[in-house]
Amino acid sequence: MNFLYTLFQDGGAAIISSTTAAFALAAIGLNVHFGYTGLVNIGQAGFMLLGAYGFAIVVEQGGGILLGVLAGLAAAAVFALILGIPTLRLRGDYLAIVTIAAAEIIRIVGGDQSLAPLTGGVAGIPNAKYSDQFIALSPFPKAGLFTFGPWTYPYSAGNSWWLSLVGWALALLAALVVFLLFRSPWGRAIKGIREDEDAVRSLGKNVFAYKMQSLVLGGVIGALGGIVFVLGASVQPDALGRTTTFLLYTVLLLGGAATVLGPILGSFLYFIFVVWLQDVVAQFVPSTVMNSSQIPQFTYILVGAGLMLLVIFRPQGILGNKKELSFGA
Amino acid sequence: MREPIAPRRRAHRIRLLGIALLAAAGVSLAAVAPAMAATPSPTPTPTNTVVQSATITAVPQCTVDPALGCVAGTLNDGNGNGVKGVTISMSDAGSDAASTVTNAEGHFAFKVSQNGLYTLTLKTSTLPSGVKAAVTQRKVQAVVGALRAAFFELSGSFKGSKATTSTVPTTFIGTAGQLAAQGLLLGLLLALASIGLSLIYGTTGLSNFAHAEQVTLGGFMAYSFGTVLGLPFILAALAAVVVGAASGYLQDRFIWGPLRKRGLGLTQLMVVTIGLSFAAEYVFQYFYGSQVQSVSSGVQLNTGPLNITPAAYWSMLVSIVVLVLVGLALQRTRIGRAARAVSDNRALAAASGIDVDRVIRLVWTVAMGLAALSGALYALVYGGIQWSTGVQILLLLFAAVTLGGLGTAFGALVGSIVIGLVVQLSTLFLSNNVKYATALFILILVLVFRPQGILGRKERVG
Repeated sequence: MNFLYTLFQDGGAAIISSTTAAFALAAIGLNVHFGYTGLVNIGQAGFMLLGAYGFAIVVEQGGGILLGVLAGLAAAAVFALILGIPTLRLRGDYLAIVTIAAAEIIRIVGGDQSLAPLTGGVAGIPNAKYSDQFIALSPFPKAGLFTFGPWTYPYSAGNSWWLSLVGWALALLAALVVFLLFRSPWGRAIKGIREDEDAVRSLGKNVFAYKMQSLVLGGVIGALGGIVFVLGASVQPDALGRTTTFLLYTVLLLGGAATVLGPILGSFLYFIFVVWLQDVVAQFVPSTVMNSSQIPQFTYILVGAGLMLLVIFRPQGILGNKKELSFGA
Repeated sequence: MREPIAPRRRAHRIRLLGIALLAAAGVSLAAVAPAMAATPSPTPTPTNTVVQSATITAVPQCTVDPALGCVAGTLNDGNGNGVKGVTISMSDAGSDAASTVTNAEGHFAFKVSQNGLYTLTLKTSTLPSGVKAAVTQRKVQAVVGALRAAFFELSGSFKGSKATTSTVPTTFIGTAGQLAAQGLLLGLLLALASIGLSLIYGTTGLSNFAHAEQVTLGGFMAYSFGTVLGLPFILAALAAVVVGAASGYLQDRFIWGPLRKRGLGLTQLMVVTIGLSFAAEYVFQYFYGSQVQSVSSGVQLNTGPLNITPAAYWSMLVSIVVLVLVGLALQRTRIGRAARAVSDNRALAAASGIDVDRVIRLVWTVAMGLAALSGALYALVYGGIQWSTGVQILLLLFAAVTLGGLGTAFGALVGSIVIGLVVQLSTLFLSNNVKYATALFILILVLVFRPQGILGRKERVG
């Protein structure tokens, strides 16, 4: 009984967490790319990291929070343009290759010691250097804890109720934007490109421009996810590497690509799965069989295998429609 | 393409599920075996041999032979100069011991005739004044037939230590020459892996994002067979190639082949390779930890006209020989020509009687074997292997095949050499970390100006 309560408490905490919201946001951005447009972007973590750097550096250097957010989003938009111009006219593989490479480069350059005055090198930028203004915006008390049921978090500072609220509000807003956009003529053209690029081109549409708009839009939503992510943690290049991108694919394909709520549902389920797996292993598996540093590794092995099985056997995920995902065939 | 919905589809699906799980288990099993060997295994002590009176002998230079193991090392002042006149002694668990004094190059060596755990001690009073050793005692697991390195890290002020030694060229041209040699070496190692990547793309249309993990697998197999099981490096590398090739065969047999038959789209297949790469990375971490595992066969000094280590010369030679063999096989043999035909036009090849599935299976097997060889040599030349080694060169591999022309084997070779040279030479101007960015820069330039690559045929790629 006690164990079931732990599961309930940890599962709820996974849903409340701003990290879950950040992943949901980034997955919504990836959904615009992969689910709706059929663009294989394997560098979504790079967009997140750029958003985080843009935001944190501008705020740290004395720009306001608004300017910081704008800088983060602009950095992601420029990144999308740089990656899109050479690749979007070519076969889809090239975008995949260039995005995975560019995201790694952002991570490596961000961690390079020569940029340490701005980026803090590998150690990154600590949370306290850029989160003050965000905390100041909170309508709740600036200090103290608030308890809701079994969950206790600070009101405003750090990993707070305020941050979770903002994160989830942004995620829902992004989902709403995606919902409205993809029932508009623009969205229909985008989905048409995913199904048959040449058919859309023969109707006189500028396929390249549509793809580029999609890449920028998804990247900017990803950058927003990155900002929410680092408001609950610190800016560390290695925290937003390839692993994050792969997790986003799992989140997206689990919930259902090309659906409005798929990324959010996927994010819930993924993070609940992670904490429950940890709880179960901690409870039932002796540490001689699996030590504590092996638990996350084991989780990721399952995630990788799960991603393969998902794509093969249920590419539409939980909420998706299989007919929508016949692209690339 | 819509698949006909047939009643046997369900059975097929369940079998596929079983197969995919099996394959995942296979990958983990391959890693389990060496990891189990890595856990403190009892030292193999021969039971019926006469106890020899002197198992340890100090020697000026130690050469490994089947009956002798070596423990050797070099004391270094941090500027590449040897520290001479330091007494180092070595003892076993019993009463056997020997001691030696480092020579003018700072080198010391012991030979042993029995496997076992030995203790090396550095006599601190013999160190130059003002110099300290971080650790003065070291335990080394010596193995007969292998060379084991022993390091002592020194710090402090060295009298008369110069920042450079005569063997390292200091002029710009000299440095550039040395970097070019390094670049050629890197390019050859990349070529071993990228030819397979390109052939797989050519014959199946798939960009295999898990290819880099095959390179890592090769490195870890060389570590498992060489360092853990104590085989000589050549045998360990051969074993790595066999394991790699077997993993390629099994992958095509149980994952890629069935998925091709199912008609899964290339985009989905690409995401499957991403999942595989992700799972493999963490399988490596699970069993080998996240630190660098050393495959090095001892301390080696840079020598010869290219100023690189002997291991690097051998690696270059092996790479060139293997690449020439692969090239000859592609040009001259029946199956090689068939592979090129499938790569050129799959439907036409099938129509002219080529067994396309057999060719593709062979391509997977050979490609993964070559990737494993690349990983084993990479681990040897660069001192060790880590779960992320493959990830680091994935970008270089893709830049190389794109530059050469996706799908062309010889293009991959040319592209790899160019990328290897550019990446190493870029360190003349850029920090070591950022050098990989030059590969991305080249990649983008190629895509803008010549998307078909150097040797690719001009056709619609969009």
